[in-house]
Amino acid sequence: MVDSSTLRATRRSFLAGSGAVAAGVTLLPTLGWAAEEKKLNFYNWDTYIGETTLVDFKGVTGIDVKMDLFADNDELFAKLREGNPGYDIIVPTNDYTERMITAKMLMPLDHSKIPNIANISKSFMDPKFDPGRRYSLPYMWGTVGIGYRKSRVDGVPNSWKVLYDSDKYSGRIALLGASQTVLQVGCKYLGWPLNEADPAKLEKVAEMLIKQKRHIKTFADDNGQDLLLSGEVDLAMEWNGDILQVMAEDKDISYVVPDEGGLLWEDTLVIPNGAPHPENAHAFINYILDAKAGAAIADLIQYATPNAAAKAIMKPEYTGNPAIFPSDEVIARCEPAVYQGTDYTQLVDRLWTRIGAA
Amino acid sequence: MVGLPPTVWLLLFFLVPLALIWILSFAELRGLVEMEVTGTLANYARALDPLYLQIFAKSFLFAGVTTVVSLVFGFPVALAIVFAPPRWRALLLLLVILPFWTNLLIRTYALIAVLRTRGIVNFSLEWVWDQGNTALALLGLGSYQLLGERFEPLELLYNNTAVVIGLVYVHLPFMVLPLYASLEKLDRSLIEAALDLGASQVRAMRTIVVPLALPGIVSGSILVFIPALGSFLTPDLLGGTDSQMIANVIERQFKSANDWPFGAALSFLLMYLTFAALALRAFYGRRAARRGAA
Repeated sequence: MVDSSTLRATRRSFLAGSGAVAAGVTLLPTLGWAAEEKKLNFYNWDTYIGETTLVDFKGVTGIDVKMDLFADNDELFAKLREGNPGYDIIVPTNDYTERMITAKMLMPLDHSKIPNIANISKSFMDPKFDPGRRYSLPYMWGTVGIGYRKSRVDGVPNSWKVLYDSDKYSGRIALLGASQTVLQVGCKYLGWPLNEADPAKLEKVAEMLIKQKRHIKTFADDNGQDLLLSGEVDLAMEWNGDILQVMAEDKDISYVVPDEGGLLWEDTLVIPNGAPHPENAHAFINYILDAKAGAAIADLIQYATPNAAAKAIMKPEYTGNPAIFPSDEVIARCEPAVYQGTDYTQLVDRLWTRIGAA
Repeated sequence: MVGLPPTVWLLLFFLVPLALIWILSFAELRGLVEMEVTGTLANYARALDPLYLQIFAKSFLFAGVTTVVSLVFGFPVALAIVFAPPRWRALLLLLVILPFWTNLLIRTYALIAVLRTRGIVNFSLEWVWDQGNTALALLGLGSYQLLGERFEPLELLYNNTAVVIGLVYVHLPFMVLPLYASLEKLDRSLIEAALDLGASQVRAMRTIVVPLALPGIVSGSILVFIPALGSFLTPDLLGGTDSQMIANVIERQFKSANDWPFGAALSFLLMYLTFAALALRAFYGRRAARRGAA
């Protein structure tokens, strides 16, 4: 069991300090555009790149990639909000990409330096959070749904009811610890849009969760899949990729996006303002969007790639897996989160504090 | 001159950041990343909302229970080390501080592996249950299901008890070490005298050992109480849906809620409350000492 949880553990330890102390010193780059040294600072999620991607990239371009890891979008955002500490490429999720665009933290991309944009599936090229893809390009995408242990659950849990509004699996369920996602999916369950911002409606979701609380074992920050794998819970609200990793270890675990729909997310490749090596960053993005390089990454991390050329050369076990690529019907019922401003964020946190305190 | 580098260090890396956060607690949000220091007290007013006060109270309760449990377990341990043969003492003390050699997070995950439904404790209990059933079957009582139909694992994780277990486990050394320091200085002839004069073991403990160890008890309690009060990792990883402590709320203000001014106000409120608790303790301590002298 030296699994992802231990990796996550080490990430958490520096997570503890990073957020609060980020107000400190920033190392602003002094190097010019023209003669860039052969270096690149990549700030990525854990286990989220191909085994040899960085080495292969160095082989092609001679550029040395130094990769740091972050545990969640909040950590990433906190680290960059007081200025870029020296990163060239970061991988925020769509609503945080939108936050960063709003806060003018990102550098516009020069599409002419990224010919492999042509490989990206057309449906990804004009998202609401970044019209025309001026700042971001898609890296991987996925859903939030329910991971469950088949032998301990009746049929397929195809409604959020089992997690949000039922005592059927009392004490055997875990929800995510991500306040906004939990409240938003609650809105979906009650038949409202994911991005519902009416305080009265969000209040209703919070009240439902307060009632449901005694049946929920825990709000799992980033380890719902471990709880599922170790038998601690039988149903867990989770990111599909996390569940897929434990599905590979345990055939009794499965994943479903409930009929009400859920959250659709997309992680993006962006260049933060003040990046010391923007040229290299463009080259790296172009390399990742290459069909073969993209396929190698997707093959290892088992998230859905938006790269049509990469998908075309992948094995059917990957392209045909409904937990990776849900049907178009399911996708149609899912929605991406949008950034809704400070008031919304504060309301969500206050409701979440109340749920925890009730 | 020798004192200068540490002073500069303290100033630069402790007091200055702390002052920045303090100033931030009087700021207002202006959009996503901009904040303006306006001298507003609104952040403190928000922090005094019953919702947050209730969480403060709960955190004090968690820290208080942790301190008491640490004392109850730590005192006999410290006493045992003091009375152990001298050549064992160093080794025993080493065992007390051994956990510090491992990162807190790793220790917490290890505790999860011990306490979870399919963890070490429950596996051990299940083994005992199996043995018991086998024994009953041998006695011809196998069909009565005296031990229940099947083994029910204990729910040891993801509740408030788990948080207290975790906090005690992490903070116990901070209790044992000061206790050891004060018990070690204790003049043993006083105990012998008490016993010679007919005091029972319990009486000698209560009237001689405990009062003389009081400085150790007090500093141990403070060393446990204060960090326990500000814990966020333990309730986060071991707690259930009810285990939110104030530091969890503060952490969120600097992360998902992206409301640093409010987080700063909550942090300083926590600090003021801690100071107040310490001052109160010092006040009563002094009064008790005066009364004792009179």
